[in-house]
Amino acid sequence: MTVKLKEVDVVVVGMGWTGSILARELTKAGLHVVGLERGPRRTSEEDFAPPSIRDELKYAIRLALIQDAQRETVTMRHSPSETALPIRRLGAFLPGSGLGGSGVVWNGITSRFLPSDFELRGHLTQRYGRAAIPSDLAVADFGVTYAELEPFYDRFEKLCGVSGKAGNLRGRQIAGGNIFEGERSDDYPNKPLVTSKPGTLFARAAAELGYHPFPVPSANASAAYTNPEGATLNACEYCGHCDRFGCAVNAKASPNSTLHPVLLQDPNFELRDHAAVKQLVYDRAVRKVRSVRYVDVRTGAEYEQPAGLVLLCAYVFNNALLMLHSGIGAPYDPATAKGVVGKNYCYQTTSRVQVFMEDEEINPFMASGVNGMAIDDVNGDNFDHSGLGFFGGAMIFCSPASGRPIMIRPVPPGTPRWGAAWKQATAKWYNHSFFINVSGASYAHRHSHLDLDPNYRDALGRPLIRMTYDFQENDRTLVAHAAGVAVKIAQAMNPTMMTAPPAQRGSFHTVPYQSTHNTGGTIMGSDPGSSVVNRYLQSWDADNLFVMGASTFPQNAGYAPTATVAALAYWSAHAITTQYLKNQGPLVDA
Amino acid sequence: MTSSPSLTAAELAFLTAAVDTLIPADDLSPSGSDCGVVDFIEWQLASPWGEGAGLYRDGPFFQAKPEHGYQLRFTPRELFRAGIAAANVWTRSAHGKDFNQLADIDRIAALKAFEEGSAEFSGVPSKEVFEALLNLTMEGFFADPIYGGNRDCSAWKMIGYPGLPARYREAVSTSFGKRYDQPPRSIADFS
Repeated sequence: MTVKLKEVDVVVVGMGWTGSILARELTKAGLHVVGLERGPRRTSEEDFAPPSIRDELKYAIRLALIQDAQRETVTMRHSPSETALPIRRLGAFLPGSGLGGSGVVWNGITSRFLPSDFELRGHLTQRYGRAAIPSDLAVADFGVTYAELEPFYDRFEKLCGVSGKAGNLRGRQIAGGNIFEGERSDDYPNKPLVTSKPGTLFARAAAELGYHPFPVPSANASAAYTNPEGATLNACEYCGHCDRFGCAVNAKASPNSTLHPVLLQDPNFELRDHAAVKQLVYDRAVRKVRSVRYVDVRTGAEYEQPAGLVLLCAYVFNNALLMLHSGIGAPYDPATAKGVVGKNYCYQTTSRVQVFMEDEEINPFMASGVNGMAIDDVNGDNFDHSGLGFFGGAMIFCSPASGRPIMIRPVPPGTPRWGAAWKQATAKWYNHSFFINVSGASYAHRHSHLDLDPNYRDALGRPLIRMTYDFQENDRTLVAHAAGVAVKIAQAMNPTMMTAPPAQRGSFHTVPYQSTHNTGGTIMGSDPGSSVVNRYLQSWDADNLFVMGASTFPQNAGYAPTATVAALAYWSAHAITTQYLKNQGPLVDA
Repeated sequence: MTSSPSLTAAELAFLTAAVDTLIPADDLSPSGSDCGVVDFIEWQLASPWGEGAGLYRDGPFFQAKPEHGYQLRFTPRELFRAGIAAANVWTRSAHGKDFNQLADIDRIAALKAFEEGSAEFSGVPSKEVFEALLNLTMEGFFADPIYGGNRDCSAWKMIGYPGLPARYREAVSTSFGKRYDQPPRSIADFS
């Protein structure tokens, strides 16, 4: 039996970054907001306190703050002709669960996308000609420009007390910042963190080769900071327990540290935790979502919560699942390339070079989530792609985030994985090795998509999301190009030895951790025939439904997505409060 | 390590021999079992994780590509039970003895055969058993000592990992590029 509850103004599905931002903006506008979170309530003070938070086994290996694969996971196949199998133990990507979501367990890379990333098809067509873009490369424009999003990037950076250095301040290039970035209205609110030894070595070598190193923007405060919401962040302790952990000193920006101190006190806001949303109840005739059905996972009781406005703020996979399972929008069919929900699933292409320097003391355990250096010289369209055979690029960075020894214990290639020789190499190299990382773009291919799996179900009895995904030629050549630059920089560091980057990996592998930068499935755009939501992230099929997060990216850029996810959330919240609430209907004519 | 409600004597004997082959005693550290790694494994296999927490366990189960990762029906506890039994069957057939009764050199060769997957086990792939054993052994050796392994922070001393409290706001500058020599401390030292 489903308990039908009294209607509220707004229901938010998922209380990570986007849900928390939207809940804050809409309660400020006077609306009563209910936030549904599948996991437990978590606060920095009660849940991330030392010494117990410094437990690598519990958090980094057994994944205490990550989605429980026993309840819900994803199936994977490499091409539409294969049968997908469930990812039984999460590996390649690790979405957070519980209040704050992935915003609790991230490292804090807070890069903005480049202006050309938002107008990708238009930009590439203009620069290289229509014929230069391969027909199966499904690149698209976001429908919003960098200039439109800039004030909202700025808001998120100030919310988080981001530590960094501007490279393009109102059109003025600043040496030592990222000179390739789009024009900024303001500098970062905090100075860069203390750069790690590896970051320093990387930056020196990159500069010698003529590249333009800059500090990777970091949502870990370099000094105590009070944000515009009145929440205070402390200075980072460089504890080396950032990704997969909550912050023990409230230095890492998370929804919990930056927004919840205000939001959870607001009488207009009500949090319901352990509330797993099962379905959106869609009224096709009037093109509205009427209510949200959810299950209290502690009791199994089922509720139906009617709402005037529904905000889908779950992780990429659950956003797509809820749209497909609720019958909102036409599912994408890779055979015909028709339909929209599930299309343009993308990821982050990655590679890395391991550097060994026997005379340098690295102290890998003294690390912030991000306190290293990067170059953008071969990212996006910052370089001429004529004749290269691929589009896009990568950020190349050196920012070791931890020396936690279950996971981080580098040995030279060819070393056995156990026994006496392994012990000797492990003891010798622990303090003398680090990685240079490549974080590359992932451009959509017509085969890559999300749909409902026909064989496997989640704990609520729904089909699992099925991912059809593999690396394509554009991904492989892009990564090879960027990895070549990483190798040159590594060589310029004059290391004792180094590894060759993985010769472009065969197929997507679900086991080794790569990146929790999954994107697409409910993409934004200018046309209901080719996108799921409009430029304000409003569903083309239900005007009272807005979908947030990286699931709205038509493709992923060579950056971590969080800052863009958050800027889009603020952009959408602005459109809701200034336009939608006054005139409830489509904000863009279909 | 004498009384063991969850592991049989044969399983304990296998694990002790295996862990001490993976992590032999030398100048760098005591052996794996002397560091408590077998205790660690026993407790982990008896924990919710050992019973399959966090593992999606619905069928159907198919033969998979390596890219699909773990696709067996077994919980970790079941995998160890089946794997240890199969490993002893294999060593009895190859050497006429259980694994723990082999000479060091034969233990090393057997573990290599499991690692490469060249040992044919019945009912469970030897490679999967080996990977689970190696992972759990390394977890036990390097995890905080509160879990029973890494006794006296032996593994952390071996590599120079200082453990807790991990507050380096000053040291990140004062120890920049220099060896940071501090005796490692555990969660238990701060609880």
